[in-house]
Amino acid sequence: MIDIGYLFAAMAFIFALKLMNSPLTAKKGNRVAMIGMAVALVVTLFAPSIKPQNFMWIGVGLAIGFVGGYFPAKRVQMTAIPQMVALLNGLGGGAVALVALFEFLEANHLGHTGASVQSVTTVLSAIIGSISFAGSMIAFGKLQEILPGRPIGFKGQQGFNLALVIFITALSLAMLAFGQTNVALFIALLGASLVLGLTAVMPIGGADMPVVISLLNSFTGCAAGLAGFVLNNNALLIGGGLVGASGFILTLQMCVAMNRSLGNVLFSGMGSIVASTGDPTKPQKQPKSYSPEDVAILLSNANSVVIVPGYGMAVAQAQHQAKELAGKLMAMGVDVKYAVHPVAGRMPGHMNVLLAEADVPYEQLYELEQINPLFPETDVVLVVGANDVVNPAARYDKTSPIYGMPILDVDKARTVIVSKRSMNPGFAGVENELFLNDNTVMVFGNAKTTIAKISTALDQY
Amino acid sequence: MNDLATLIPIITIFILAIFVGLEVIAKVPQTLHTPLMSATNAIHGVILVGGLLILGKAEGIGMIVLGLAAVIFGTLNVVGGFVVTDRMLEMFKTKKRGGGK
Repeated sequence: MIDIGYLFAAMAFIFALKLMNSPLTAKKGNRVAMIGMAVALVVTLFAPSIKPQNFMWIGVGLAIGFVGGYFPAKRVQMTAIPQMVALLNGLGGGAVALVALFEFLEANHLGHTGASVQSVTTVLSAIIGSISFAGSMIAFGKLQEILPGRPIGFKGQQGFNLALVIFITALSLAMLAFGQTNVALFIALLGASLVLGLTAVMPIGGADMPVVISLLNSFTGCAAGLAGFVLNNNALLIGGGLVGASGFILTLQMCVAMNRSLGNVLFSGMGSIVASTGDPTKPQKQPKSYSPEDVAILLSNANSVVIVPGYGMAVAQAQHQAKELAGKLMAMGVDVKYAVHPVAGRMPGHMNVLLAEADVPYEQLYELEQINPLFPETDVVLVVGANDVVNPAARYDKTSPIYGMPILDVDKARTVIVSKRSMNPGFAGVENELFLNDNTVMVFGNAKTTIAKISTALDQY
Repeated sequence: MNDLATLIPIITIFILAIFVGLEVIAKVPQTLHTPLMSATNAIHGVILVGGLLILGKAEGIGMIVLGLAAVIFGTLNVVGGFVVTDRMLEMFKTKKRGGGK
């Protein structure tokens, strides 16, 4: 009976993923997955191995998890969704590691010590779960800006990581060969995996965090699937296997969208530390700084305006002001378009979500391939808090960490207005020469207040 | 302790699940990358099933604490994951309506 429930859940998961391939059916897909999950959880409660006296604890755990998960997820700002996903993924990884630890201790207690498929998968799910947990926490810290978004590392970090991988492998083999009763060894294995999670993600720049989270998501799925071997449980096997595989495909697709290889994303971090120190031979130019009023004049004289939103707009929640400004310009007969870069913000699709929230008509959103040919005929581009996705260095500077990433060619427009908090480099930690171009003017300050001021100033014209 | 007869079906299921996972994700539009990641994130919360099973059989305070932590983590993953995905997809609905205006 329980396995029938699991079969239903597995079918629901597969069907849900299928539905998630199209924006039209995606919401239904998520609901289907929810139903599948609910069925899997409910039938599990009927498992004969559950002791009646432990139901109280199960109730407590579910209640805490539900309250702790539901309300923050309901309230979290749309801009903070990426770090929320990272955090939740980490918790999932942590849960896998805890299940593995439990099973290890129990097998020990029962005297099952020989190497078996169960002991191998226990060790593997513990390792992968721990890496996912620690790595996700670092990704969360970076996106939440508790940790600096720039790559952090030390000399020989990659060597250190390699050594750690070898150490973990050796430890696992040793454990499987003869040390299975050794709890300290298992704890050491968990510890080393946690450290590897930390040191592997630390040197990766914040801009690449979506890819990292997606990969760790796939890891957690794999680990959960392996835990299915340990517990001999079909729901875990199928759910975990599905996510492990589909998460990996998704990761690769994200890399393709950024025109990077997965290896490049994971291991180029140390390189960008060197590159981001900048080129000292170039003379330091000062950017032109305009007031919001000056910007309003520029805009009112334009025939066509393209708005390029970025993370700064998301942070400042300036999408409503941007839409208001666009509305005024359109009322003045200006042609207004929005250019959405696939990886603008912190997650692919981030900008679409925000602009949709502000009720920006879908027809005004242009994707990279559609808008780039139009820039040379555009009078004014208004960049709102975007940086790396408009950095011309991506086109030619081979030393730049963002080299090769498709960018919005805003520098080809007649005038570029950049609304930004400061001259600080973007998330990838790279200077942006666009800001120093002759046809670029900067307007400093919080995006929301700046856009609102421009909008007010525009009323005079 | 797992003899081959019980092992083969498990391995079969796992490998088939991986193949389905590889196939089910076709070329996804970029706007759906984040929601899809979030949804798969919620689905691997199925580890909560494992959490429930271990907490159910736990004996002694140490093991109960371990199991409880696993259940809490797993529930957070499931509930938070689905709610966040749902909210993200809610935005797409708004967009369609906005586009129709």
